[in-house]
Amino acid sequence: MAKTDARSRLSRSRTRSAWLFLAPMLVTLFVVAAWPLGRTIWFSFTDASLDLMSQARWVGIRNYLEYVDFGDGEGRYYGLLADARWWRSVWNTILFATVSVSFETVFGLIIALALHKQFRGRAFVRAAVLIPWAIPTIVSAKMWAWMLHDQFGIINDMFMSLGLISQPIAWTASPDTAMIAVLMVDIWKTTPFMALLILAGLQMVPGDIYEAAKLDGVPAWRVFRRVTLPLIMPAVLVAVVFRALDALRVFDIVYVLTPNTDATRTMSVYARENLFDFDQFAYGSAASTLLFLVIALITITFIMATRMDLEGKRA
Amino acid sequence: MKILQKLMTGIAGAAVLATGAMAAELTIVHGSVGRDQEVLRAQLDKFEAETDHTVTIVSMPESTTDQFGQYRLWLSAQSSDIDVYRLDVIWAPQLASHFVDLTPHVADIVDDFVPAAIESQTVDGKLVALPMFLGAPALYYRTDLLEKYGQEVPGTWAELTETAKVVMDGERAEGNDGMWGFVFQGAAYEGLTCNAQEWINSSGGGRIVELDGSIAINNPQAAAAIDLAASWVGGIAPGGVLNYKEEDARGVFQSGNAVFMRNWNYAYALAAGEDSPVRESFAVTTLPTGGEGMSSSATLGGWHLGVSNYSENQEASIELVRFLNNYDNQKERAIVTSRPPTLNAVYEDPEVAEKQEFIPLWKPVVDNALPRPSAATLRKYNEVSAAFWTAVHNTMSGNGDAATNLAQLENELGRLRGPRW
Repeated sequence: MAKTDARSRLSRSRTRSAWLFLAPMLVTLFVVAAWPLGRTIWFSFTDASLDLMSQARWVGIRNYLEYVDFGDGEGRYYGLLADARWWRSVWNTILFATVSVSFETVFGLIIALALHKQFRGRAFVRAAVLIPWAIPTIVSAKMWAWMLHDQFGIINDMFMSLGLISQPIAWTASPDTAMIAVLMVDIWKTTPFMALLILAGLQMVPGDIYEAAKLDGVPAWRVFRRVTLPLIMPAVLVAVVFRALDALRVFDIVYVLTPNTDATRTMSVYARENLFDFDQFAYGSAASTLLFLVIALITITFIMATRMDLEGKRA
Repeated sequence: MKILQKLMTGIAGAAVLATGAMAAELTIVHGSVGRDQEVLRAQLDKFEAETDHTVTIVSMPESTTDQFGQYRLWLSAQSSDIDVYRLDVIWAPQLASHFVDLTPHVADIVDDFVPAAIESQTVDGKLVALPMFLGAPALYYRTDLLEKYGQEVPGTWAELTETAKVVMDGERAEGNDGMWGFVFQGAAYEGLTCNAQEWINSSGGGRIVELDGSIAINNPQAAAAIDLAASWVGGIAPGGVLNYKEEDARGVFQSGNAVFMRNWNYAYALAAGEDSPVRESFAVTTLPTGGEGMSSSATLGGWHLGVSNYSENQEASIELVRFLNNYDNQKERAIVTSRPPTLNAVYEDPEVAEKQEFIPLWKPVVDNALPRPSAATLRKYNEVSAAFWTAVHNTMSGNGDAATNLAQLENELGRLRGPRW
């Protein structure tokens, strides 16, 4: 009896100190994550404006959906869920995330495989590959904006000299090419990040497996398909989730590179525009809240669909 | 205890008095275009020498729309980091509550200013900002090219379209592949609102929102004006014009690659500068009209200095605003940056007339400039402007014709207005 008492006292005190050690992290998380998120969600149900934040009144779901009766038997739906511009932004964001992450994964994998091999100057190449990722997005987006400029841009000049195009293309201005320009710049910028994460995964694969495969005379392609790929898959999937989270809230590259039009406006750009430019703080908060929900939904679906091992149970 | 408290208050009070009398550290924010930054710094150096205050410049991006977002954030957060803001002419109604009423502080000089400028900055009897310089855009054209092809300076938009085509085709046939007819501000931002309301208003299509707040933008004249502008893109104007702001347009014109350009007055000093390839071969005139019997429209622009309510050095800030807008500094800006002044007297200054000959001629243009509907639409101006430029930008990118987009715009404006603005 005395023994159990002592143990439970011990375990109680361990639990207590565990909470104590966790407390700073929990408090920080609450302050920087839960509280702002909760505030945003609350504001989305009010009529808050930036100047009169303290006078915000509860208005229900009006910012999301509202039926306005014009009084003559006709009426119309208003609110975020009935706003075609919002849905266009959602579509743009999902398109951007899907295409950019797919390309970045493939290119990142190729670069990682190349960097995994032994060759002279490998350290230098590894460092050099990271340069696009190390440049702040604002800077690289502005840099590309000039390179893609229809009159002064070097890209058009190069294509013209090669005879690929007959007259300059307005890459960022034309609605047909604006999204392509954004994707191109993002893939250029973020592929190194993918390569780095996948390279880390590659280095975890034990070398003796390759030796055994070599002794058995397994062709290189089959080694890749049957050995390398399955072993690095967990690392690749984690990298994809990281990138997808990042891509779904894309803001800076779109904002700097292209005009603010339906061709490239993403959810974040839409939310910012309402929050600050339009003095529609509540409506913008509703957009931010939906943005959060859309990202959460997509991420959870992805994790479930790929049966990702997040708790390390299989390790 | 009481004595100690009194002592403390006394010390604190003395400290406040002391700092008030001592040199203040001020911060001014502006969005620099052309040589604004350089001239402002030089004038601040003079101010610092005269008063012992120090002034730091915070510089913002070129796009008015971007500047506004940042300013709104600072002001709503009641930040004391910025003392003096350089404000766009359209912002006064939206931001009035954040600025010091300058009426009592400039009572002695206010009558020297262009009345329309003071009026644009007065909201419910409160003078939100003291006008710094005005803007009324001009049509820049290449005198050498018009002469070479025996063309007149165009008086209407249709003539401009025709002349631009003749010159552009002629130059291209001679191997000058980079030549374009007309450049303007076509990106989806405030600048396009200015450009497009000029096309519409000068063609008899009225205003985006009429002065009394009514909406009549969905009319055939307006649609025709925008359809004509849409025909320029990829024709006489480069396709990239859909993402051009002021400096992009100037880049093309000043490097000699455009016959015509619509731009603000600042571009004059730069295009006439030492390093400009076109300095000997361009001139300015008023913007074209829609046809016989119609009059030219130039959007009222301009930037004005307001003192933040949250500034800790309001007195020194007001001193700075008065200094920057005094006769000598306005005259210097008129000469170096070709910005139309806000003091009536500077327009009559012989030295200004000699060095920037267009400025005295521009007084009637400035006086009759077309304001944007910021006074009628109040807090909703930005949304109105965004809805308007979106309709125009869509038409110009081939996304529906003007009539369809204007009908949609009319609906959208009606929704924004609700029962009243």
